[in-house]
Amino acid sequence: MSELLKIDHISYSYHSLEGETPALFDVSFNVMDGEFLGIVGPSGCGKSTLLSLIAGLLSPSCGSIYINGKDIKSSGKNIGYMLQKDHLLDWRNTLKNVTLGLEIQHKLTDNSYVQINDLLNTYGLITFKNSYPSELSGGMRQRVALIRTLLLEPDILLLDEPFSALDYQTRLEVADDIWGIIRKEKKTAILITHDISEAISMADRVIVLSSRPGTVKKTFDINLSIENRTPFAARSAPEFKDYFNMIWKELNHNEQKE
Amino acid sequence: MSRKNRNVSSESLDISTAQLAFIRRHVLRTRRIRIYQIVILIGFISLWEVTAHYGILNSFVFSSPSRVMKTIISMGASGQLFYHTGITLLETLVSFFLVNFLGIAVAVILWWNYSLSKVLEPYLIVLNSLPKSALAPVFIVWLGNNVKTIIVAAVSVAVFGTIINLYNDFKSVEEDRIKLIHTLGGNKRDVLFRVIIPSNIPSIISQMKVNIGLSLVGVVIGEFLAAKAGLGYLIIYGSQVFTCVYILVLFRLPLSIYLCLNRLIEI
Repeated sequence: MSELLKIDHISYSYHSLEGETPALFDVSFNVMDGEFLGIVGPSGCGKSTLLSLIAGLLSPSCGSIYINGKDIKSSGKNIGYMLQKDHLLDWRNTLKNVTLGLEIQHKLTDNSYVQINDLLNTYGLITFKNSYPSELSGGMRQRVALIRTLLLEPDILLLDEPFSALDYQTRLEVADDIWGIIRKEKKTAILITHDISEAISMADRVIVLSSRPGTVKKTFDINLSIENRTPFAARSAPEFKDYFNMIWKELNHNEQKE
Repeated sequence: MSRKNRNVSSESLDISTAQLAFIRRHVLRTRRIRIYQIVILIGFISLWEVTAHYGILNSFVFSSPSRVMKTIISMGASGQLFYHTGITLLETLVSFFLVNFLGIAVAVILWWNYSLSKVLEPYLIVLNSLPKSALAPVFIVWLGNNVKTIIVAAVSVAVFGTIINLYNDFKSVEEDRIKLIHTLGGNKRDVLFRVIIPSNIPSIISQMKVNIGLSLVGVVIGEFLAAKAGLGYLIIYGSQVFTCVYILVLFRLPLSIYLCLNRLIEI
């Protein structure tokens, strides 16, 4: 596996008239091609800021971000970003929601409709092609949002607590769904969450951030001794609990220091 | 309600008795409401007619329903009524389109340019709170005793409120939806045309409903002062020659114009 993304000593601060709030301080890590990286941290530790920086929506106060060895400022972004909520536009039907990204980038061709039909078919949405978001379940909405992102063929997928708006049961199902899609399309992904179990169950590697200003506290490689790994199956792996305890301790250690 | 009834007929096979009872109660209730509404209208008109007839109300000042009817018929027969109504309607429509066009355009510009919106904010609030009908005489001096004055008066009544309301609606679009467009590689133009405008269609339409009424009020005020035709002109004429029956007839016409136009927007 080659190195796809390199975060090199980045820091970021928010400015307001009340003063400066450091959100991230000297964060560095790498992401390999095809890897699923989980990032956990206490709330307000700058997790979402980190994703906005990688997506190029914000520029770091110092440090650089490289994709395939090129600075993202020059390489042009090819990054898919899934927000906390699906944010499907309620005046567009499933098909029109899926094509939103392509429309914006003027990449919508007759060929893309073939691809869209394929994807909708594979992920069980084809019969809802003309339905509006209000008629879809929470899980279907997330799948539509993911297809919308995947159609832009991103090098890296950023998932910003994409399941936090769902109820627990749907959450487990959608996690399986989305994880399966990402693996099947062989995408590299970074998942941000405050849910430790979710991170362990989905990721190959978990990074723990400290509380604000966020820095990389510790990295855990997740090796689970089960066959046919899915996020749901991973939860019953024997090592699951140990990882949970280690990460939990790491997070709590943070809190006590404050 | 009509939609519900249609469902009943198409699915009547598998409807439970409890559901049927519920629908029956619903139909009865809506019917009862309509009957009360009609009773009030008929009651009011009959009371008016009777009291005017027996001299309890001064029929010179208050007229009576039958005299109002007669006037409407005679004015209708002479074509006078349609002529003046047409003029007012036309002026109202022109002002209405101008108000909406200007309102949306300026609101978009303010949304686009944060500094400009901050600069203009106090001026907009002042302009909006001015009593616009008091400005009408000034418009006559500036623009002359003609249709231009009437249109400008009508536009000035509605346009500032429209700008302020729409701008606030544009601003209150969810921040994450805007972020979504940016994550998909869109720029500010994409945000405007794919999120801000489409998500605000309902508020634009409800603003239009308000504007129909305001344009009409503005036009009639304008016609009071600067017109040779139109319903406002007729009302002033009527009051000057003491035909109060005219005024009563004419007050009802703008109301029906308003109701018709409002229906049109809803379609």
